[in-house]
Amino acid sequence: MNGIKKIQYDCKQATYLIEKKQIVRLTFYEKIRLWIHLAGCSVCRIFQRQSILITRMAKEFFQNPPSPRPGLDDTFKKELQDRIEERLKKD
Amino acid sequence: MRRDKTPEAALTVVQPVNPHKWVETYADYLYTYALVRINDEELAKDLVQETFLGALQRVDKFEGKSTERTWLTAILKNKIIDVYRKRSSGLANLPDEQNGLKEQHDFFNPADGHWTEAYEPQYFGIEDRDPVLNKELNGILKKCMQRLPALWLAVFTMKHMEDHSTDIICSELKVTPSNFWVIIHRAKVNLRECLQRNWL
Repeated sequence: MNGIKKIQYDCKQATYLIEKKQIVRLTFYEKIRLWIHLAGCSVCRIFQRQSILITRMAKEFFQNPPSPRPGLDDTFKKELQDRIEERLKKD
Repeated sequence: MRRDKTPEAALTVVQPVNPHKWVETYADYLYTYALVRINDEELAKDLVQETFLGALQRVDKFEGKSTERTWLTAILKNKIIDVYRKRSSGLANLPDEQNGLKEQHDFFNPADGHWTEAYEPQYFGIEDRDPVLNKELNGILKKCMQRLPALWLAVFTMKHMEDHSTDIICSELKVTPSNFWVIIHRAKVNLRECLQRNWL
């Protein structure tokens, strides 16, 4: 297989670069490689779109987490504050 | 006259730390912060407690450069990283088969790297209606994340959600840079597959 054909077939490499691109800048060579691949591979274009979506969803989930249910109960909170007060008295 | 002796200067000195109000003010916030990252209620409670008690010991080191909340969160963050490290080392890290994970050769033809027919990505069918907000899809993603090996989840979380530097992640979790990229890649390919399998 010649060079271009190899790049066009190698979805493993392309998806690796799609992940890398979301974290660091790709080298010039890597950019060209990914561009050539995505131009001809609709499946990896789907992958790219969904990969970015997953990253966004995960981020969103961490930045605006729903309040946990059940949350902390009052007994736990009271005991914890009591322990803090105890330590403060010792000092 | 020395400025710091004036009554005006004394008035501007604020007491930035007030442990008497800690639980009331920050316990729920810190608990949510921990729970969403480690997914274990008892452990999250323990970490909140350790954070406050640990903070008490270094109250004198608090310089007031950040808010009390930021300071407490930083202490908690370090405790969470300790949990990631413990979970991802040794026996706690189950082999891939037990998590239903696929190997790279399941996804990609080993000869040329092309997608195997069985695992080709397909459209979810909701790409046009801001899927980030789709509750059901979010729920599936959370479940899929919990099925990743602990080390992968730790790497994924620290990178994509908490935006730690790659150097920090590698040194804290003891992975080599090349292994870091392999994990980032495999984690995402598996997550996407899990999402597709449970969504379509």
